[in-house]
Amino acid sequence: MIKGNFIDNLPKVYGIYTGGFLGFIIIMSIAEQMGMTAKTIGICFVAFTVAIYAIIGYLSRTAQADAYYVAGRQVPTVFNGMATAADWMSGASFVAMAGGIYFKGYGYMALLVGWTGGYVLVASLLAPYLRKFGCYTVPDFIGTRYGGNLTRFLAVVVLTVASFTYVTAQINATGTIASVALDIPFQYAVYVGLISILLCSMLGGMRGVTWTQVAQYIVLIIAYLLPVFWISNKMGAGFFPHFMLADEVARIGELEQQFGFVKNSAGDLANVPKGLAGITKAHSAVNASPWAFISLALAMMMGTASLPHVMMRYFTTPSVKAARKSVGWSLFFIFLLYSSAPMLATLSKLSLIDPSLPTGIIGKSIAEVQSIDWYQNWNQANLMFVSDFNGNGTLELNEFFMGGKAVVLATPEIAGLPYVISGLVAAGGMAAAMSTADGLILAIANAISHDVYYKIIDPKAETAKRLVVARVLLVVIGFAGATIAAMEIQGILGSVIWAFDFAMSGLFFPLVLGVWWKRANRQGAIAGMALGLISGAWYLVWVRTGGSGFLGITQLTFGIFGSAVSLVSMVVVSLITSEPNAATQKMVDEVRVPSGRSIIGKQ
Amino acid sequence: MSKQEQHWEKTRGLLLMTLAIWFVFSIGIFLFGAEMNEVTGPFGYPLTYWFTCQGSLGIFVILIFWFANRQEKIDEEFGFSERGDD
Repeated sequence: MIKGNFIDNLPKVYGIYTGGFLGFIIIMSIAEQMGMTAKTIGICFVAFTVAIYAIIGYLSRTAQADAYYVAGRQVPTVFNGMATAADWMSGASFVAMAGGIYFKGYGYMALLVGWTGGYVLVASLLAPYLRKFGCYTVPDFIGTRYGGNLTRFLAVVVLTVASFTYVTAQINATGTIASVALDIPFQYAVYVGLISILLCSMLGGMRGVTWTQVAQYIVLIIAYLLPVFWISNKMGAGFFPHFMLADEVARIGELEQQFGFVKNSAGDLANVPKGLAGITKAHSAVNASPWAFISLALAMMMGTASLPHVMMRYFTTPSVKAARKSVGWSLFFIFLLYSSAPMLATLSKLSLIDPSLPTGIIGKSIAEVQSIDWYQNWNQANLMFVSDFNGNGTLELNEFFMGGKAVVLATPEIAGLPYVISGLVAAGGMAAAMSTADGLILAIANAISHDVYYKIIDPKAETAKRLVVARVLLVVIGFAGATIAAMEIQGILGSVIWAFDFAMSGLFFPLVLGVWWKRANRQGAIAGMALGLISGAWYLVWVRTGGSGFLGITQLTFGIFGSAVSLVSMVVVSLITSEPNAATQKMVDEVRVPSGRSIIGKQ
Repeated sequence: MSKQEQHWEKTRGLLLMTLAIWFVFSIGIFLFGAEMNEVTGPFGYPLTYWFTCQGSLGIFVILIFWFANRQEKIDEEFGFSERGDD
């Protein structure tokens, strides 16, 4: 089923799949009308979608290295775009992004600009050239371009540090959603999530991950857009929210003026459950300094272009030309969700704070708010909290607190949408977190199995043995990630941003200069990767342990410092050592033109 | 200058142009975020707010497709495009 004409039939296969999924949503909503409980609906949504991914994972099983590492290099442009979008948009994008915008406004929206602008760098600086190179992994490019096992090994180290930081957050997110939807303790739910993730990638490697990611994108985008449009229409805000919410944005501004941002005393805030926040920042006004905004956007953009799990998706296209176009499609599919997140934040905020709307709670009496059904549900889930700080019996803006996740998870219920939508949102969040986790675990396992085991330890290993090693690593890394996730050390979003900073500290300039600067040599690359990563990590530790930092670089943007050190050390060391040999220079020339044979592997 | 050098020169020119446009909409305009937000942008949103929600994001999508088409033309001009793909 997956061979030969499968590629030609892709639009049909995924068309039927999408129709089937919409049918499933309709069946569930009928079941809800007939009295199916909310809990059963949640279980059905998560179980049904995960079962489909597992089936796709099984059908994509393979014993060929080319299929396992790069999906046979035959993924069409548009479908690779969808797979990349799913690979890219993590549980954090899905569950936490609208919440971040809701609470922090402009300062947070630097992430929207950064996480999309980075794709311009991917398309113009890197993806087509790495595709021409014909590598299996990102360290494969570094190792071959600069030569030597040490460069290869350092690239694997940077990749592992960045991706592992990222993956624990994703497994954590699958665990959170599984524990809510299936109603099991988080410590077990993490492993349920992990097994679902491994089902997609173990048998088919990159091929399995590609086709499940396309399926996961379809689920997550329906699950994100359907509620946004529905809520907007139900509130009478406009049938196409993206173009029609200007009045709502202005109204929020008016209400902010009217209520004012009252600062709570530390004593009052001590009663608020951990992780919940109040509305303290303006919704659409510019509330961050230019450098705070730009530095965060810049760090995310350079990080995007250095994250190996994204880059390796472009190794799977049939050609260099297709790789370029595919980056455009990826960003288009990402744009569909990212441009909707601010709209959801606007709708969610207005529906809660506008006293003239039936759902508005600000200005109502505390007792009245506490008796609302959805308030009780989300208060129990530890995502909502009200307290009468000033003792006037009425809920003020500064007396209402909410968790970031609640914007995506609770808004449908607040707007009075049927529970089937909440089940759908759970399935979407699960899809987003699983697809990213799969991409990351595969990136780490592939780099270690291909670059460390095959290229450094045992270059004579047979394909079958290599693939066994790759799969064992996949499971080991997955379990290591799940174990750390189960300890719940950091929040989801913080560790995601660190991953970008680690990746850009160690990999951005070695990758870019590998293509764009012929003079870059092995010694330079070693210095760039090692010093970049070390100085970035040092800066993070320094700021975290009370250091003051400099130039306004924070723990969220430490990659700017790391990559600057990486650039300087790479250029200086390259220039004081001898230039790369003629064979390497010829290799760079060949990488720069799309035609002709790829540098390594078969075309 | 060899054909390959000419090809690379044009490619580099396109890269610089792409990065310049990218710089304007990812960094440049946000230097003036506060001032720009006083202006009403498309669909009635405050202008800076609109750029962070939709404007810059959409421009990046268009920019990548524009870049890909221009690069294909450059590759064809020098006979470096791939045959028999897509």
